[in-house]
Amino acid sequence: MGTFAFKMPDIGEGVVEGEVVEWMVAVGDVVKEDDPILSVMTDKATVEIPSPVDGKVTKVIGEAGDILPVGVVCIEFEVEGSGNASASEQAPAKTEAAPAKEEAKPAPAPTPAPVAAPAPAPVAAAPVARAAGTKALASPAVRQRAREANISLDHVAGSGPAGRISHADLDAHIAGGASGASRSAPVGGRARVELNGTETMKVIGLRRKIADSMIASYSTIPHFSYFEEVDVTALEELRQHLNATRPEGAPKLTYLPFIMQALVKALAERPECNALYDDEANVVTRHEAVNLGIATQTDRGLFVPVVKHVEAMDIWQSASEMGRVTSATRDGKAGVEDLTGSTFTITSLGRLGGLGATPIINKPEVGILGVHNAKDRAVVRNGAVVIRRMMNLSSSWDHRVVDGHDGATLVQLVKTYLENPATIFM
Amino acid sequence: METKKCQVLVIGAGPGGYVAAIRAGQLGLSTIIVEGEKAGGTCLIRGCIPSKAMIHAAHRFHDLAKHAKKDGHMGISIPGPAELNMADLVGWKENIVTRLNKGVEHLLKNAGAELIIGWAEFQDAKTVKIGEGKDAIIVQADHVILANGSVPIELPFMPYDEHVISSREALSLETLPKHVAIVGGGYIGLELGITFRMLGSEVTVVEAMDSVLPIFDKEIRRPLEISIKKQKIKTHLGVFAKGTEATKDGRVQLNFIDKNEKDEKKMQNIVVDKVLVTVGRKPNSASLAPTGVALDERGFVKVNDRCETNMKGVYAIGDVCDSGEMLAHVASFQGEMVAEIIAGKKRAYDPVAVPAIVFTEPEIVSVGLTPEEAEAAGHPVIIGKFPLGANGRALTQEAEKSAGFIRVCAREDDHRILGIQGVGTHISELVGEWTLALEMGALLEDIAGTIHAHPTMTEMTHEAVLATLGHAIHSA
Repeated sequence: MGTFAFKMPDIGEGVVEGEVVEWMVAVGDVVKEDDPILSVMTDKATVEIPSPVDGKVTKVIGEAGDILPVGVVCIEFEVEGSGNASASEQAPAKTEAAPAKEEAKPAPAPTPAPVAAPAPAPVAAAPVARAAGTKALASPAVRQRAREANISLDHVAGSGPAGRISHADLDAHIAGGASGASRSAPVGGRARVELNGTETMKVIGLRRKIADSMIASYSTIPHFSYFEEVDVTALEELRQHLNATRPEGAPKLTYLPFIMQALVKALAERPECNALYDDEANVVTRHEAVNLGIATQTDRGLFVPVVKHVEAMDIWQSASEMGRVTSATRDGKAGVEDLTGSTFTITSLGRLGGLGATPIINKPEVGILGVHNAKDRAVVRNGAVVIRRMMNLSSSWDHRVVDGHDGATLVQLVKTYLENPATIFM
Repeated sequence: METKKCQVLVIGAGPGGYVAAIRAGQLGLSTIIVEGEKAGGTCLIRGCIPSKAMIHAAHRFHDLAKHAKKDGHMGISIPGPAELNMADLVGWKENIVTRLNKGVEHLLKNAGAELIIGWAEFQDAKTVKIGEGKDAIIVQADHVILANGSVPIELPFMPYDEHVISSREALSLETLPKHVAIVGGGYIGLELGITFRMLGSEVTVVEAMDSVLPIFDKEIRRPLEISIKKQKIKTHLGVFAKGTEATKDGRVQLNFIDKNEKDEKKMQNIVVDKVLVTVGRKPNSASLAPTGVALDERGFVKVNDRCETNMKGVYAIGDVCDSGEMLAHVASFQGEMVAEIIAGKKRAYDPVAVPAIVFTEPEIVSVGLTPEEAEAAGHPVIIGKFPLGANGRALTQEAEKSAGFIRVCAREDDHRILGIQGVGTHISELVGEWTLALEMGALLEDIAGTIHAHPTMTEMTHEAVLATLGHAIHSA
C-alpha cells in the first residue's frame, strides 16, 4: 500500500487557479481511475477532474468555494503499490505548490463538462455532451432538416447518447432552445403553519463571479438611468408580417432583433455610447463594431453571451445568431469566444415586463439598455384616447464619460427608429 | 436542324447522370439526357455489373472443379471437368447488361426525361449540339449537369491495342487468354485477375507499390494476399511496367523493372496473351473546355458541396467532379441531390461514410475510418474483431475458408462507431448495416442491442461490436 498525492492539474489556457465547485468523492470512498472526483470552476469554464488512479480516498483538501492553485496537492489516495508520495511529504498537506517533478504519471486531462449544480452521483443521467472536437452526431434525416432550416448542428444540444441529436432536439432548438421544465409547485389545501427553517447557501462559483462583477461595476461607476416609452404599433405590424412571410427555416422574430438593428444605427450616430472605458488607464475606446451582449438567464445564473458584428448582419442573421449564442449559453456549451468581447449590452426583461428598471452596466462598457415587454395601452393621440402598443425602455449610463444629454439622445434615436421601423432598414 | 429547350440537361447517362435525370423528371423539370453510347454508363455497361457477372460465373466454374475431383466435394461429384465457352459466357453477361440498359431507358421515359443518343458538343456552358448537318439537334438548357464519368488511364508507352487492353475489353473477350499480365494491382486489376484465374488463365500481377491494394491496411489485406498466393496468382511488387513488344508467335512480351533499378539491363519480362492495364481511371473532362468550367490539375471539374461548378447553373457529379470517391453510388447520390437542388431544395453532399467494396476473393469492405485513420484524427480508439470461422452461416457456405474477419473501430469515451472493415467470402452484403449505423450516429450499444437474425453472417457484426465492448459471446 502506498499513498498517491494528486495535484491540481493545469487546466490549460493560462489558468492558474480554480474554485472548488464540488467534491464528488469523500474520504473513505473507493474510486476507479477516470471516475470524476472534483468539479472546478475557472474564469472560463467548469471542468470535471477525473481520478488519476484506482484507490481509496484518504484526504481531500479544500471545500466548495475554496480556491486551489494549479500544482497544489488536492487529494490523496491509498493505492496498491508504492504510490507517489513519500511519508514526509504527505504529512503536512499544505496548500503550496509542490515540486512538479514528483509526479509518477501525468495528470489526466480534465474533461470540460456542463456541470448541473449539485449532481449526486456521476452516472449517465444528465445529457451527455458530445466529445470535444467531434462532429455532431445525427441521422441523415435530422441533418437534412437542419440544413433546410439553416441550422448548424454544431450549435444544437443533443439529448441522446454521446450527444446524438434527435428530431425532438432539433424541434426544441428551433422553438427557441432552453428546455423549460415547469417549476410551479403544486398548491394544495395545506394548513398554514409557521415555518422557522433556514437554508444557508454559500456564495460560490458563478454566483460569486456575478457578485464580484456587480460590485466592480456599481462601486466604481456613477450610474444615471433614463427611461422612455416607445410606440411599437407599427413595428408590431411589421414584425407580424415578417413572421407570417418569413423564409422557410428562418427564426421567428421577436422585438430584440429590431432593437439590435436600431441600436446599430443609433450607436453609429452616438459613438461615445459604444465604447469601453478603462478607468485605470483613463482611456475610452470607441468601437466601430457593434458587439451586443445579451443578458441571458440560465439554470446556472446570469451570463452575457455576445452577438458579434451586428452592424454586418441583417435582421434574420441578428435573430439567428442571437438564438445561437443564447441557446449555447443556456446549454452550457458557449465557448469563451461567445461570452466575451461585447461593446454594449441589452438586458431584456421579456415576459417579466415591469415599467422600468435601473440596469447595472456591464463594465467596462459605458451603457446598457433594458427592454420591457410591449403591451396595449391607452394613450393620447391628436386629442383622443387611443389604444397603441407601447414598450418601455430603461437605460443606464456611465456618467463619468457619457453625459446625460448623450445617453438620452441615444435612447431617443432608438425610439425614433423603432417608431418608424422602415428607417431601421434604410 | 432542331432546337430544343429544357430546364435540365444531363450529359452522360451513367449511374450519376441517369439518376439525376430521373429525379429531375420526377420533380417536374423538363429534362433531356444525352448519352454517347448506351444508357447505363461505365457501371452498367462496362464496369460494375459486367464484372460482377463474370465474377459470379468464375466462382461457379471454379467451384465445379472441386466436384469434378475423384471423390467430389460435399458428397456431390460430377463425372468430368466443367467446360468453359467464353463466347457464351460473355453473351450471358451481355444479356444482363442489355436488360439493365433497357430498364434504365424505361425508367427515364417513365420519369419524363428525354434520352438522346449521340455525342454532345458544347457550344457554350448551357448549349450543346448533338450530331451534324440537318439532323443535328441543339439543346439549350437553364441548368446543366455534367456527368461525363471517367475513362481508364492509358499508359503512354504501352497504348491500348489488340494485346494491351483495358478493363472494358477484358470483360468482352471471345476467348479465354491462357496467360494474362495485369499492370496495376488495384481493385479493378485484382477483381479481373482473380476472375481470369478462376476461369483457368494463368495470371501475373505487376504492381509498382510494395503491396497489392495499397489503399487498404495490412491487416485487412492479409487474407486476400494469402488467397492470391493459394490461387497461384504470381505477383511482382515494387516494379514498373516499361512497355510491350509483340512476339513472333503472336503473343505479347511485357517488360518491367525493379523500381529502384537504374540499369536497363536488369529488365525482366514475361510473355503473355493479353496485358490488362488497370492503373486507374481519369475524369472524362477533355470536351468541357467550351463550357468554361474550372478543372483541377488532374482534370476533375471543381465543385463545392452542392456539386456547383464555377459557372452558375452548371453542376458536375460523379467521377468527372472532384467531390467524393470515383464510385457509382457516390455519383447516384450526387445526381439525385443536384436534381433536388435545381428544383429549389436545400441539399448538400455531406455523407458520414461512403462504403467501398472490392469484389475479390475474399471480398474486402470498408466504411468509415480505419483504426489508423481514427487515431490520426485524434479519436481515442477501441477495436473489436470477429472471425468468419466462428460464424455458423459462414461455415455452411464455406465462407470461412479465406480466413476473413470483421473489425469494428469506435471511440473509447462515448462508444460512437467510427468505422467498420471486413474481409471474407460473401461479406459485401453486410455493408448496408454498417453504413446505416454510421449515418445514424450509432453507438456500439445500438448494434449490441439489436437482435441479429440467426443463422446469418450479419451476426458477425453483432459479435464484432460485442468484442469491441469486451464481451463477445462466440469468440474466445
